[in-house]
Amino acid sequence: MSRYFTEEHEWIDVEGEIATVGITDYAQEQLGDIVFVELPAEGTTFDKGDDAAVVESVKAASDVYAPISGEVVESNSALEDEPALVNSDAEEDGWFFKLRIADTSELEGLMNEAAYKKFVASL
Amino acid sequence: MSGTQDATHFEDLPLEALPLDAWHRARGARMVGFAGYHMPIQYEGIMAEHSWTREHAGLFDVSHMGQLTFSGEGVDDALETLLPSDIKGLKPFRQRYSMLLDHEGGILDDLMVSRPGDGAFEGAAIYMVVNGATKYDDIGWIIEHLPDAVVMNHMADQALLALQGPQAGEALAALIPQTADLLFMQSGLFTWRGVPLWISRSGYTGEDGFEISIPADDATLLADALCALPQVKPIGLGARDSLRLEAGLPLYGHDLSPAVSTIGADLGFAIQKRRREEGGFIGHARVMKELADGPGFKRVGLKIEGRLPAREGATIHIGATQVGEVTSGGFAPSVGAPIAMGWVSLPHSAEGTALEIEVRGKRIAAEVAPMPFVPHRYRRKA
Repeated sequence: MSRYFTEEHEWIDVEGEIATVGITDYAQEQLGDIVFVELPAEGTTFDKGDDAAVVESVKAASDVYAPISGEVVESNSALEDEPALVNSDAEEDGWFFKLRIADTSELEGLMNEAAYKKFVASL
Repeated sequence: MSGTQDATHFEDLPLEALPLDAWHRARGARMVGFAGYHMPIQYEGIMAEHSWTREHAGLFDVSHMGQLTFSGEGVDDALETLLPSDIKGLKPFRQRYSMLLDHEGGILDDLMVSRPGDGAFEGAAIYMVVNGATKYDDIGWIIEHLPDAVVMNHMADQALLALQGPQAGEALAALIPQTADLLFMQSGLFTWRGVPLWISRSGYTGEDGFEISIPADDATLLADALCALPQVKPIGLGARDSLRLEAGLPLYGHDLSPAVSTIGADLGFAIQKRRREEGGFIGHARVMKELADGPGFKRVGLKIEGRLPAREGATIHIGATQVGEVTSGGFAPSVGAPIAMGWVSLPHSAEGTALEIEVRGKRIAAEVAPMPFVPHRYRRKA
């Protein structure tokens, strides 16, 4: 399994044709206490860059973009009852949705963990 | 991800530093631009800071607010032209909530006005605290409407700290025992380590607490002394907003604006009987008309079903008709649910009215709810 990162602070785990998407620990830290996550319905298709989810902190609503194109095969229903999972475990149990990848070449421009760490350090 | 920071931007001006800037940063505050200043939005997190304030005592730096004094011949008359509240009847060491109205009765700002005593503020007749984001506009408006004999002074060298929460009283009394005698909306001049402090028992959280005006050079010393107490932690603007929303207190620039009126805003309590009857203040005609005929729109509290917060700008509907708009909203930590404040047309403003709020194309169920959402706990009796 490989993990990729975007400059919009999302992580993507790729296993076969399925990509699991979440926001990074840095992102949840920036957002603060998360009180609601609006997730896409199964079967929704996204082009890379589409608004895919909304994460609501106490203070503000923020969009989460589809980091790559694909079709939603599952959303993390655990976040409905416990949105704070995104704060406590952003990069594992706090995942947002799974996509069936439409075009694997879109993964090519993304960062690996070392590159993302360097990117965050530069902010 | 993209976020929208809820802050007033003074696009072309560089942000200024407040007296406690370095103090906030040393305590790990995340700083944002607000009202033209770098200000702490949070330290450890909005929810934790909110709960701490409801259970213990929080220290807020509100030095961005404008602190004004007024002196000179005819100052009460002059201020009764500018403000709809009873100034002549304002006794020494008493504070009142008031506002500046424009000629159409629209709200230019809301504010606190008090009459100092014991020679505080160099013997000024009146002390006023106005909102940070509006202070320069307020000053311009006030100067334009003051007679020459009345002098207004903007005390840019005073910091303002608020200590709020059920343990605020015992915390402040640990430093200044005499403050224990103050009741809600009373104020007084105190001395701490040789520093003069003008302290009022008031605030913006719905809790018991104080607002402390202190020379800017001494603010760090006092903030350190307060935060060394076990009851006190520094609290950012984020929790200040969620606390005031739960307390049903309007925020200027969001819930109040020149487009709305005192009566519609449900702030008629700030206009005492004599002032309603006698008038003689800017905006009086609108007040009298709306007292007689009712305002077109009213500021109301909104209880929201489910967990999705409705935020400022969300439209309010009954069926196909838009009947209002949310002006503040978010998750209320002490309520455990989203709440909001908004303006709805008068026929739909009664408590219990079922409404729908549109959030990202979806309708969520809401109901007009009494405010405050969390009971006020002011100290009104000894």
